Amino acid sequence: MNIQRLFKRLKPGRGAVISIPYFWLLLFFLVPFFIVLKISFAEQDLAIPPFTSLMNLEEGGLLHITLNLGNFDFILSDDFYAKTYLSSLQAALFTTLMCLLLGYPIAYAIARTDPARRNVLLMLVMLPFWTSFLLRVYAWMGLLNENGLINSFLLAIGLVDEPLPLFHNNFSLYLVMVYAYLPFMILPLFSHLVKMDGRLLEAASDLGAGPIKAFFTITLPLSRNGIIAGSMMVFIPAVGEFVIPELVGGPDTLMIGKVLWNEFFDNNNWPMAAAVATVMVLLLIVPIAFLHRFETRQLEGKGNE
Amino acid sequence: MVDAAKQSASEKPYLSITNIVKKFGDTAAVDGVTLDIRRKEIFALLGSSGCGKSTLLRMLAGMERPTSGQIILDGQDITRLAPYERPINMMFQSYALFPHMSVADNIAFGLKQDKMPKGEIDARVAEMLDLVQMRKYANRKPYQLSGGQQQRVALARSLAKRPKLLLLDEPLGALDKKLRQQTQLELVNTLEKVGVTCIMVTHDQEEAMTMATRIGIMSEGQLLQVGTPAEIYDYPNCRFTAEFIGDTNLFTGPVVVDEPDRVEIEAAELGGRIWIDHGITGPKGMQVWASIRPEDVRVDRDPVAAGPNAAKGAVTEIAYFGSYSVYHVKLGSGKVLKAMVPVNRWHEANLEPPTWGDQVYVSWRADMPVVLTR
Ligand SMILES: Nc1ncnc2c1ncn2[C@@H]1O[C@H](COP(=O)(O)OP(=O)(O)OP(=O)(O)O)[C@@H](O)[C@H]1O
Ligand SMILES: [Mg+2]
Repeated sequence: MNIQRLFKRLKPGRGAVISIPYFWLLLFFLVPFFIVLKISFAEQDLAIPPFTSLMNLEEGGLLHITLNLGNFDFILSDDFYAKTYLSSLQAALFTTLMCLLLGYPIAYAIARTDPARRNVLLMLVMLPFWTSFLLRVYAWMGLLNENGLINSFLLAIGLVDEPLPLFHNNFSLYLVMVYAYLPFMILPLFSHLVKMDGRLLEAASDLGAGPIKAFFTITLPLSRNGIIAGSMMVFIPAVGEFVIPELVGGPDTLMIGKVLWNEFFDNNNWPMAAAVATVMVLLLIVPIAFLHRFETRQLEGKGNE
Repeated sequence: MVDAAKQSASEKPYLSITNIVKKFGDTAAVDGVTLDIRRKEIFALLGSSGCGKSTLLRMLAGMERPTSGQIILDGQDITRLAPYERPINMMFQSYALFPHMSVADNIAFGLKQDKMPKGEIDARVAEMLDLVQMRKYANRKPYQLSGGQQQRVALARSLAKRPKLLLLDEPLGALDKKLRQQTQLELVNTLEKVGVTCIMVTHDQEEAMTMATRIGIMSEGQLLQVGTPAEIYDYPNCRFTAEFIGDTNLFTGPVVVDEPDRVEIEAAELGGRIWIDHGITGPKGMQVWASIRPEDVRVDRDPVAAGPNAAKGAVTEIAYFGSYSVYHVKLGSGKVLKAMVPVNRWHEANLEPPTWGDQVYVSWRADMPVVLTR
């Protein structure tokens, strides 16, 4: 009752505060998306910008709207694109799974240490962000190269006779992907795990559940939202990743980011690139919207608390 | 008292805690507790905050490793067993219900760990839900329940496995006062119906007095006194117990007369002697304390015969409690004595009740004070 009254009094201010994130999303997500969508329906043109406009006001007041569906048609008909989307999703999925498998124990361990040491460990997780992302990928190149640090060392101590194929293949691709995205998995997982009430585990133990059983019946289900958040933080950017496959991936690595780059800069085909991007966004948004609805339903359930 | 002693001698203890110690760093949270609990007893550990009650309970549950000592339950040494290996269940102060499970799943959790067949689990869960009258709420999640309902689910969950020993840490601590009083009786009824041996921790003495068959008073990691509520109230064995359970007036002084049939204590604060109608064992001149309950103090407006167990003072405060009032009487030494006076005391004697500043005379019978040596 009291809280409702309080909210009522705050209403004008509250509306303004709530509108800020919506405004942000509109400006930096929805508007750019519609620009991309618009370009995807255009045709390539030798002009600046290099595409035709959709609307032409002709003499006599006739408005011509030209929607070119050819790009989408091409994407759907040429199975090169289907393969690329699939392999991008696959790579992102694998990266997400690896990040989860590695990140969960790390996040769990950090959440269970005493608060003083916890901050140091969190700092270590975030430390890579202090150097440029590109620099870190180049560092990996220096490590994995045929005559890079690792191979030179292995050759020098005589463990191998010829350099190991560590570079420009799927191994190096996934290694660097997992390396780059791991912090994005650890941080949301940590923030969920650290909030967990230790007494729940004591209660589980008291009721006869050993540590492993307690982990799977209590800790894991209760950190579900952290797993979802971390997985999205890794999966979504990983699908469109360009730099890592370009720099450390193999010659036959198919990633949608690379295709986008080619269409934009090599073929100068903006409408095609825009269509590729649009399809990718749709591929990502549909499952996320589904997840989001699921989440809000859960939250609404909790509203009775 | 004789009865209880006889009973405890004849029946061998069900749970036996021997000289148990728990140290956190250098400080001992539990400092050498020895305690025997009988089968089907409801035992309350009572003490002020931080005295080590929870730590003792957690050692019984297996959540803390004792630094030294031994715990034997029903003939089995459980000192070093992990919590999930002990036939003991605990109801947590905050209930610790699993938020992602329904009421029924919470209750079934422990049974599933024992690999009980599904049919039996369902039957037991239904039985437990009936026991705590929560059948209607079987499919609710904990956050959809009120505090009192959560408490009942927590109780059902801790009873579901039919533990040999039930531990309750401040079982009603999270409820408001009114609900707590109502729940006390309900809880005792449930525990008696199930017939479980039970140790509960509380810092509410009223709760301990109403619920427990026996009480243990703890202070600074040590068990000071164990007994039935009446024993502890009537015969406290130390100053801490006397002051912790109920209210009391303490006077100190040396023993000046020690005969088999009486003791006299020279109490400076009283400005006279305290006379007690039984002997004590101890050297003459020993410093002792006499505890006199406020309800044993008589207040008069007219002078009483001078002598032991009497003094004169001025009323400094009157607290009215309906059927009785508590008078604070300031003695010549500056010590304030509390006296509980029934409301009809003055009316029956046809007297005007004394008010603030009035001169009154306080006294008590020689069989009332309890002599304490520590
Ligand atoms: N894990 C721990 N590490 C260090 N000291 C602890 C720990 N647990 C308890 N203590 C200390 O042990 C002492 C006893 O604590 P305990 O929780 O047993 O008290 P309590 O009697 O249950 O008090 P309360 O009525 O406030 O719950 C306290 O001084 C406390 O600070
Ligand atoms: Mg406690």
